[in-house]
Amino acid sequence: MNTPAIVARNLTRRFGTFTAVDHISFEVQSGEVFGFLGANGAGKTTAIRMLTGLLAPSEGEATVAGYDIRTAADRVRERIGYMSQRFSLYDDLTVRENIRLYGGIYGLQDDEIARRSEVMLGELEFTPPVTAMVRALPLGWKQKLAFSVALLHQPAVVFLDEPTGGVDPITRRQFWELIYRAAAKGTTVFVTTHYLDEAEYCDRLSIMVDGKVAALGTPAALKAEFSVASLDDVFVTLARGTASSGERSP
Amino acid sequence: MLRVLRVLLHKEFLQISRDKVIMRMLFVVPMIQLIVLGNTATFEVKTSALWVVDQDRSTVSRGLLDRFTASGRFDIAGYTATMRPGDDALLNGSANAILVIPPAFARDLERDHRSTVQLVLNAENGSQAGVLQAYAAEIIARYSTVLGSVAPQARAAAIAGGSAGMRAAPVIEIATRGRYNPSLEYKRFMIPGILVQLITIVGTLMTALNIVREKEAGTLDQLNVTPIRPSVFLAAKLIPLWVIGLIEFTMGLLVAVLVFDVPVVGSLAVVYAGAALFLVAALGVGLWVSTVSDTQQQALFVTFSILMVYVLMSGLFTPVRAMPSWVQTVAQINPMMHFIALVRAVLLKGAGFADVWRQLVALAVIGITILSLSVGVYRKRAS
Amino acid sequence: MSARPALLAFMRKEVRHLLRDRQTLAILLLLPIAQLLLFGFAVRTDIHAVRVAVVAPASDAASAALRTRFANSGRFQLLPAVPHADSLESLLRRGQLDVGVVLPPRLADRLTAGEATRVLVVSDAIDPNTGTTMQTYAIAILRDWQDALGAARGAVRIETRLRMRFNPTLESVNLFVPGLIALILTMVTSLMTAISLSREKERGTFEVLLVSPLHPWQIIVGKVLPYLALAMANVVSVLLAAWLVFHVPFQGSVSLLLSASMLFALVGLAFGVLIAAITNSQLAAMLAALGGTMLPNTMLSGLIFPVTSMPLPLQLLTNIVPARWFIEIVRGIMLKGVGLSVLWPQLLILSVMLAVLLTLAIRRTNVRLA
Repeated sequence: MNTPAIVARNLTRRFGTFTAVDHISFEVQSGEVFGFLGANGAGKTTAIRMLTGLLAPSEGEATVAGYDIRTAADRVRERIGYMSQRFSLYDDLTVRENIRLYGGIYGLQDDEIARRSEVMLGELEFTPPVTAMVRALPLGWKQKLAFSVALLHQPAVVFLDEPTGGVDPITRRQFWELIYRAAAKGTTVFVTTHYLDEAEYCDRLSIMVDGKVAALGTPAALKAEFSVASLDDVFVTLARGTASSGERSP
Repeated sequence: MLRVLRVLLHKEFLQISRDKVIMRMLFVVPMIQLIVLGNTATFEVKTSALWVVDQDRSTVSRGLLDRFTASGRFDIAGYTATMRPGDDALLNGSANAILVIPPAFARDLERDHRSTVQLVLNAENGSQAGVLQAYAAEIIARYSTVLGSVAPQARAAAIAGGSAGMRAAPVIEIATRGRYNPSLEYKRFMIPGILVQLITIVGTLMTALNIVREKEAGTLDQLNVTPIRPSVFLAAKLIPLWVIGLIEFTMGLLVAVLVFDVPVVGSLAVVYAGAALFLVAALGVGLWVSTVSDTQQQALFVTFSILMVYVLMSGLFTPVRAMPSWVQTVAQINPMMHFIALVRAVLLKGAGFADVWRQLVALAVIGITILSLSVGVYRKRAS
Repeated sequence: MSARPALLAFMRKEVRHLLRDRQTLAILLLLPIAQLLLFGFAVRTDIHAVRVAVVAPASDAASAALRTRFANSGRFQLLPAVPHADSLESLLRRGQLDVGVVLPPRLADRLTAGEATRVLVVSDAIDPNTGTTMQTYAIAILRDWQDALGAARGAVRIETRLRMRFNPTLESVNLFVPGLIALILTMVTSLMTAISLSREKERGTFEVLLVSPLHPWQIIVGKVLPYLALAMANVVSVLLAAWLVFHVPFQGSVSLLLSASMLFALVGLAFGVLIAAITNSQLAAMLAALGGTMLPNTMLSGLIFPVTSMPLPLQLLTNIVPARWFIEIVRGIMLKGVGLSVLWPQLLILSVMLAVLLTLAIRRTNVRLA
């Protein structure tokens, strides 16, 4: 596809006198793994909420999966998936019930759900029984399962809000393997994270500081731009507010 | 779209049935409350302590006294010739009423056929005092009739024996009939109202808590990014609670009829029609509460405050017609008032559709209005 | 570091906490006044316009006279004439009629002939007390009418002069204000303390406090004192509003009332601390406070339903409801003007309850902390 999966132009959101997101612009190509970084309070969550249609922008516009988030929010929702660290699956429902629920919500027929879930659980090498309550699953399984369920309806873009929080390093690796697999199939992955080593896994990333996009590019390009050896240093440099910053188109 | 609704309904029922705390709150607590409240909710005036200040001490005055005792409504707490002990008794609560019989009681009655006694009542509770006044008035009036209806010679015998004797003059006898409540007891009057109150609390509170819990847990966001239309989401939230509300109402009715002997004179179909409409209003209020609350505690406080207003203006404890006219007008938008009136009319009076159609229309209008407004507010806040 | 300044600093933090939660604060300050206004305006028991219909087979002077009496009485609202006694039934069923008076046929003839005759008074008695009262009003009118007709010639008439003590205006609000004060105090003390303490427990900040130089009892006192102040502020505001808006009488000693209120507030606070100590989550504490304090205080305290009307087992149960005794004290002071000499038993009972609850609360809190 030639049209980018996500396009943001001067996207802005104010809460009273406070500007949480300040005229950010960027594009994400389909099949990209795009990292969305920034300190707490930098505006990441607000930006994601706008892109997923949970919050209306004060100014600016964006299209996701080819549809405008303001005028065609319904279409956008049909084509995206979402998973957050805070919540994804219902604790008090079983694995199977959760899968059926989300499958049904996205309009999949029963037999289709059954087929896809079998494939998905097989790929995950999911050992716990499908009749297990989600609350009883270890965190690692919960997160991986949540991600897979978010992909069940084969969305064009999947938004992941700090998906690997609190999970051990091995599970994190496995999670990122799932992300790569999804991206390889053409799904655009938009992921926010605190872990800078995960940032290295992304095709491109942007770093938000004080509501603005302070840096945008591939990990290698950013390291070169700031003449530092690691993304950690990029981050620290930006956070200190040195001169070299600004939007860059890829 | 219907399929999405079905899927969501399935989820709601699963979640509700698996939550032990909620199940208990929905089914056990209201029934316990109903049973306890059903027993305490009465304004019936049982025997009152009467202090008698008898300044005449004649057969006639003692005859009156005997009638008070015989009525079963009064116990003689004291018998003195002076006021002071009676006043003290009233102050410290050992008596609720004082009957003062004047010095020339018997003589005045004999000579002029007229006399005046004084009745002093503890009117802290004005309504109860009114009832005591009614009882006393009846006893005194009967005694007057007895005294007047026998020839003087046989009067003494009449006073002692209490027989009516021959009439000396044409008298219009006043007979009374209290309809719909032969035993004049409070249970049948209060319990339908209490049942309505319980359903309201559960329906409104549960609706509010149900949605606020999703807000608190963050699952609301999860659902908001899906293509679920807000109307479908709301329907999925409200329909299960509407059904549960009706189930609870049925349980409460069973308790009312089996445990408390509340009669069912009219048709239950009318009652259920009212219940169905009423629940729409109750759930609508709960929905509104969920839009203004961010935490479960807030939802609880707000619901409690709103329901207090509803309950006090519903006619459950005190008659609506006793309120000032302007308050009565405001009360017309209280669905609880209409539903309680409907339930009482159907269960106790045997009212049918033709009798309560006004209440049904009011319930329908109020319910649909509240629900539409709440849905509007919800949609606005969600966007 | 001495204990005093630490306690003060802690209390200052608690007060700031309380003041910052605007929503809850607004509810706690305004709700009592709102309740008072509601109780004062909406909760009344005397019906000022009893709807009456007279059924007279023939319109003669006697029935016309009766109708006029009802119409002029000021207590009654005379409905248009009803032709048959049967029509009364549907009017009653629809709730459009309160009392029906059925006059017998040929009333005038019968009286002239000296025949006994009977008038029937039918009333809607689903509400027993109201029904009885309305019936009494109607009968009073009938007796006057009876006198005027001369139908009671030679009969004996005992008049009753009535005196209503302690509440001459028979205003229900006078009865409810004491109970309202009890309810508000309970809400601010038991409910809020339970929620506040259990919230600290749930968040884990309680443990932080425990490792500080503050003693456990200082922590509790520090938490509890702001609510006590708030509670007393509520009492004063409600009393003022009651007096200004509804002219609720205040016969007795203000200082005695305030002292009793403080005693009752302390009982509520002790209860709140106890609840927080024995529950595990905020929601559980909230529900326990509601079920253990608010509900008994509305149902079993004599606030709305007189204790004397309840079945005996429940009457006995009310003995352990603190609000029941407090309401008696407040009613005694406000409406009857009695003092310590009459009310000492109730005050003693409340003091004993306080002692018991405090001991339990301290013991359970210590156990949890240890």
